Amino acid sequence: MTTGATPPAAVNQAEFTRAMMDAAITNPKGLRDSQNRPAGRRFNVYRNNVAVSLTEAVLQAFPVVTKLLGEENMKGLAGIFLRAHPPQSPLMMFYGAEFPDFLAQMEQLAHLGYLADVARLEQHMRRAYHAADAAAIDPDALGALTPEELMQTRVDFAPALQLIRSSWPIFDIWRFNMEDGAPIPQAGAQDVLITRPEFDPLPQALPVGGATWITALMGGKTIGEAFEVANQDADTFDLSTTLALLLQGNTLTALHRKD
Amino acid sequence: MLDKPTFTHLPHTPGVGYKPQHFNDIISDAGSVGWLEVHAENYMGDGGRPLAQLRHLAEQFPISVHGVGLSIGGEGALDRDHLARLKHLVDWLNPASFSEHLAWSTHESAFFNDLLPLPYTDATLARVCAHINQVQDLLGRKMLLENPSSYLAFAESTWEEPAFLQEVARRTGCGLLLDVNNVFVSATNLDFSPQGYIDAYPLDLVGEVHLGGHDEDEDDHGKPLLIDSHGREVVDPVWALLDYTLAQSGPLPLLVEWDNDVPDWPTLEAEARRAASALANVTAEVAK
Repeated sequence: MTTGATPPAAVNQAEFTRAMMDAAITNPKGLRDSQNRPAGRRFNVYRNNVAVSLTEAVLQAFPVVTKLLGEENMKGLAGIFLRAHPPQSPLMMFYGAEFPDFLAQMEQLAHLGYLADVARLEQHMRRAYHAADAAAIDPDALGALTPEELMQTRVDFAPALQLIRSSWPIFDIWRFNMEDGAPIPQAGAQDVLITRPEFDPLPQALPVGGATWITALMGGKTIGEAFEVANQDADTFDLSTTLALLLQGNTLTALHRKD
Repeated sequence: MLDKPTFTHLPHTPGVGYKPQHFNDIISDAGSVGWLEVHAENYMGDGGRPLAQLRHLAEQFPISVHGVGLSIGGEGALDRDHLARLKHLVDWLNPASFSEHLAWSTHESAFFNDLLPLPYTDATLARVCAHINQVQDLLGRKMLLENPSSYLAFAESTWEEPAFLQEVARRTGCGLLLDVNNVFVSATNLDFSPQGYIDAYPLDLVGEVHLGGHDEDEDDHGKPLLIDSHGREVVDPVWALLDYTLAQSGPLPLLVEWDNDVPDWPTLEAEARRAASALANVTAEVAK
């Protein structure tokens, strides 16, 4: 479109990207307005679009962390995060998988030790939401077993089931920020089970030993073998309560009798 | 594949960009809305509510799958994982239409969640055509390519946008998605006539028209800088440009996009009704 000896400056996508993600870098020379003047703040539209849309994605993904830090602080953190960890796929519903570790490594946030685990809980809520559907077993199928048969049974879990173990009261913190009238969190470790009874993920605090038991079941142990493991971990492990949580959450998809 | 009626084409009625908060409204009474468009990437999870809702909607409405993340104009190769996810979705849903953008959004594995601009050169043309061929071969169907909203120009460009799009379509056999709001935004930002753009545009290749709202800003010289935000009503000059287009093209599937600050269903349906009346006017003209 221009004439003369010098060819117009070409702009490759590496150059475009560098300037878009770092406002300290000057605009690529080949970006112009309609009168062939430098693009100036026209280029900022892309800078803003990318920063705003990725920041929004982080805030949407971590609503409780956003409440805990305050929206302005969270936007500032998201601005650092999105430059260090831009999305690695166009599936924005999973963006932010590195955010919990990013929070854990921020020295300024070291006094909020629970923050990264709360972020993990929120990240697993999203995973549960988008996990594959799976038909749950009829709870009566378990009730029909003798106690001995039950102990010799292995189970398959629905893909939506998620387990987060924490040395902080992350379920209570999550609930306090999401539900009106929820009790004030008390110090103490909490393991959280996320189930998806239908479409909405449901987080629940597990009784002592519950997470060890479920982890053993996931590893292929029978209900009885996993019970032994959980009892070594916590001698007050309450199997029937934990099993009821799994059943109510539609998390068991198949039973296998040990041969 | 889903067990559902097969809608092979989008109807010449208004459609809207589907938002989950409107699910119950649409199922109970969609009003003037005859079809729905979904962003492909929002339905690439493994299950849960998004896919259950889409399955339900596809039983009643023709669906257009509109990709926002393929990065067809990217200098690098198309993302194979993403192509596989797209193929999985399209094979499952068998939508009435699949479309994507003349833009790039990924560079060296980083996805920027925005439609980034391309210089209109022979090199861009060759690359875009190669990528479209790859997509169409993989999906086993024709796709539509959408014109962008432009905020700036590339000094190196040697093609006008309508001619560039026409040449892409000629080389690949793809169809075109004409976004009249994007035409209006680009024309304002880059000082050309939107009607002149439509006159130069190959309207016989258009399979779908987009309408949306934009925001207003200014450049460094105090000139208007319109931003394609999809966050408000379609403005009157864009409706007028739609009328101008339909008078030449005849009736087409019209889509109202409203992606940010999403309104309640009656507000969105009112926009669709306005699109229906634009279609009714052109149909009456054709009948004369």
